[in-house]
Amino acid sequence: MKNILLILRREYLVRIKKKSFWVMTLMMPLLVSGFYALLFWGVFNSREVQRVSIIDESGSFTQKFKDSEKVKFEYLNLPLDSALGRLNQKRTDIVAMIPKDIVEQPSGLKIYTGKGVGFEIQGKIERIIQNEIRNVKLSKAGIDQKILEDADVDVSSKVVVVSKEGEQKEQNTLASTVLGFITVILMFSTVIGFGMQVMRGVIEEKTNRIIEVIISSVKPFQLMMGKILGVGLVGLTQFTLWITLTLVLTTVSSSMLPSQQIAKAAQEQMSEMPQKDKDKIAKKVEQTPSDASKVMAFIQSAKNLNIPLIIGCFLFYFLFGYLFYASVYGAIGSAVDNETDTQQFMFPIMLPLLAGYLIGLMTAGQTDNKLLFWASIIPFTSPITMMSRLPFGVEPWELILSMSLLVISTFGMVWIAAKIYRVGILMYGKKPTFKEIGKWLFYKG
Amino acid sequence: MNNILEVHNVVKRYSQHTALNNVSINIPKGVIFGLLGPNGAGKTSLIRIINQITGPDEGYVLFDGQKLSQKHIKEIGYLPEERGLYKKMKVGEQLLYLAQLKGLSEKQALEKLKEWFTKFDIKTWWTKNVEDLSKGMQQKIQFVATVLHEPQLIILDEPFSGFDPINADLIKNEILELKEKGSTIIFSTHRMESVEELCDHIALINKSEKVLDGPKSEIKERFKTNTYNIKYSGELLTTSADFEIINTEQIEDNFSSSTIKLNTGTPVNQLIRQIIDQVELRSFGENIPTMNDIFKMVVNESID
Repeated sequence: MKNILLILRREYLVRIKKKSFWVMTLMMPLLVSGFYALLFWGVFNSREVQRVSIIDESGSFTQKFKDSEKVKFEYLNLPLDSALGRLNQKRTDIVAMIPKDIVEQPSGLKIYTGKGVGFEIQGKIERIIQNEIRNVKLSKAGIDQKILEDADVDVSSKVVVVSKEGEQKEQNTLASTVLGFITVILMFSTVIGFGMQVMRGVIEEKTNRIIEVIISSVKPFQLMMGKILGVGLVGLTQFTLWITLTLVLTTVSSSMLPSQQIAKAAQEQMSEMPQKDKDKIAKKVEQTPSDASKVMAFIQSAKNLNIPLIIGCFLFYFLFGYLFYASVYGAIGSAVDNETDTQQFMFPIMLPLLAGYLIGLMTAGQTDNKLLFWASIIPFTSPITMMSRLPFGVEPWELILSMSLLVISTFGMVWIAAKIYRVGILMYGKKPTFKEIGKWLFYKG
Repeated sequence: MNNILEVHNVVKRYSQHTALNNVSINIPKGVIFGLLGPNGAGKTSLIRIINQITGPDEGYVLFDGQKLSQKHIKEIGYLPEERGLYKKMKVGEQLLYLAQLKGLSEKQALEKLKEWFTKFDIKTWWTKNVEDLSKGMQQKIQFVATVLHEPQLIILDEPFSGFDPINADLIKNEILELKEKGSTIIFSTHRMESVEELCDHIALINKSEKVLDGPKSEIKERFKTNTYNIKYSGELLTTSADFEIINTEQIEDNFSSSTIKLNTGTPVNQLIRQIIDQVELRSFGENIPTMNDIFKMVVNESID
C-alpha cells in the first residue's frame, strides 16, 4: 500500500506540474462561461441601430413598419438603383424591395445590404409583410379579423414530472437534454483522454527501460494501480477545478447581466411586435414566450435540476468508468513497445465507448428507450449513457444496479489487466497478438 | 563460509522454451560472483527470479538461509542491463523516489544521496533533468540508485557497458569498496577481462543449464592443460618421454618460441633440467587459461 501511494504521488505530481494541465484546466471553464456570456450577448445585445430603407412598389405597406430601438425604417420613393446608391454611400444599411405583385408572388421580396443582414431583422421584415399579406388575403375571402384572431391559438406545453409521492415538478426537457449532452461528451472524452495518459505512461516506462528497476522494487500490480490511481486523481482534480471555476465564472458573468436588463430586453422584443400580436400576447403572455423569456425559463429550469446528484454521479461514473477503461489501456500499453503498435488494440476498446457515446446522444430524453436503458446498466457503456439519462430522472434501483455492476466489473477488469500487464511489461521486440495476450492470463507468477 | 544466496534446482519454462533447467548455484557471502554465459543462456531469467520479478516454476531460492520473499527486496540492489530513468524528471527527485520504493524514508534517502553526490562530485546535477545528462552521467545516477539503500546483495548486469575507461575505473573501485564493506556482488557479463580482474567466484550458464561453477582459481586449475611456453636460443629436440613439443616458431634471428606439453606426473623442474641441457633458456612460463579461453572452451564443447 505504501508503494502504491509513493507511485501515485509521483504520477500525480509529474502531471500536475505540467503546463498543459493548467492550460486545459483554465481554458475549459473560460470556454464554457464564455459561451454562456455569448448566449446572453447574442440574445440581448445586437449591434447598433440599423437603418432600413423600404421601397414599396405595391403600396400596401405604408405605415406598417414601426421603428424600434434597434431598427429605424424609412420609406423611399426612389428607383432601386438610386436606393442602392444610398447603400453604397452608407446612408442606409439595408434596402428592402417590395415588388408590385408581392401579394401574388410572396417570394419576390428582395433585401439588399452592404455587409450582411442579421437573421433577426430579416425575420422581422418578412414577418410584417407576411402578416399583412395574410390579412389582405383573408379579408378578400370575407373572413373577419376578429374571428381570425380568436381562432389563432398557440399551443405550448409544460412537462410536469409527478413523483411517486405525488410531488409535481416542472421539467424543461431542453435543459435536461443539454446537460445530458454535455456530461456524455465530457465523460466520453475524459475517460479516453485519461485512459490514453495511462497507456502512454506505461509505454514510456517500457521504452525508457526503467520498468525493470521499478519492478525489482515493487510488484507490477502496485506499479499499475499507482499509475492508474495517480492519473485518475489528476482527472478528479481537474473536474473539481473545472466545476469550481465554471460556477464562479458563470456567476460573475450572469451578475454582469442583471435580471432587470433581461426583463427589459424581453419587453423590448414584445414592443417590436405588430400591434395586433402585442394585444394577443397581452392576453396570453405565458403561452407565447419570447426568445428572452425562453432563455429565462431555460435558466430557471436548469436550476430545478438535481445538480448535486448529477455531479455526484458524474464523479462516481467517471471514477469507475475510468478505472475500468484505464486498466484496459494500461494492459495494452504493457503489451506493446511503442504507440504505433497500439492501433490494432484501439478498435475493440473504442467500440463500446463509441457505442455508449452515440446511444447517449441519439436517444437522449427517450426515457422509455430499451436500448438506452440497457446501455446504462451494462458496465461497458453505463458510465457514459447513464449521464444522458440522469437529468431526466432515474429510478434508484436502476442507478444502484448500474453502479454495482460497474464496480464489480471494474474489479474484474483490473484483475485481468494486472495479469496481462505483469507479463507484458517484460516482453520486448514482438508485436503480440490477441491470442498471445490471452495466454498471458494463465501464466504463473 | 555461509551463502548469501542459494538457488536450488530452479526450473523456469516459457511457452516456447525452457529458460532455466534445474539450475543450482550457491553464492557465498562477501564475494564478487561472476554470472557468465552467452546471450540467451538464461542469465536474465535467473536474475529476474532472484529479484522476484518472476517466480520459478520449480525449485526455490534461499536468501541468507530464508526462503526468498517480499521483505528481501530491500536487501537487493539491481542494475539491469537495459536500464533507464524517467527522462523528464529531475535527478534528485528521481533518486529520492527510487530510494523510497526500496523502503528508505525520505530523510534517510536524502542523507545518503548527499554522501554519494559529494563522493562523485555531482552536486550540481541535483536539479537537472535526466534528459540533459549524457549517457555516462545517467549511468552514474543509475549506479547510485542501485546501491543507495545499502543492499546486502548487489546484482549488476553488464555494469561497464557504455562507460568510458575513466568512469569504468571509478565504478570498478566502488564495486571493490562495496565488497570490502561486506556486500556480495553478482556480476553478469560477457566481458571476460573484467571477470578476470574482479570476480572471486564464477558460474557459467549455457543453454539453460549451469555447466560450471566454483572459485575462479579452482576453475583455472581445473582447466590447466599442463603446457608451458619457453623462449630460447639453440635447437630443442624431444629426447625424452616426459614432454612433447606442440609447436615451435622462430621469433627473432636466433630465438625460438615453443609450446611444450608436460606429461602428467612429471615435475616441472625435471622439464627445465632437460631443456637447459639442450638450449640457452630465455624465459619460461606456465600456460594458465584465461577466463576467455575457458568460456569459449566450455561453450563450444556444449555446441559439439
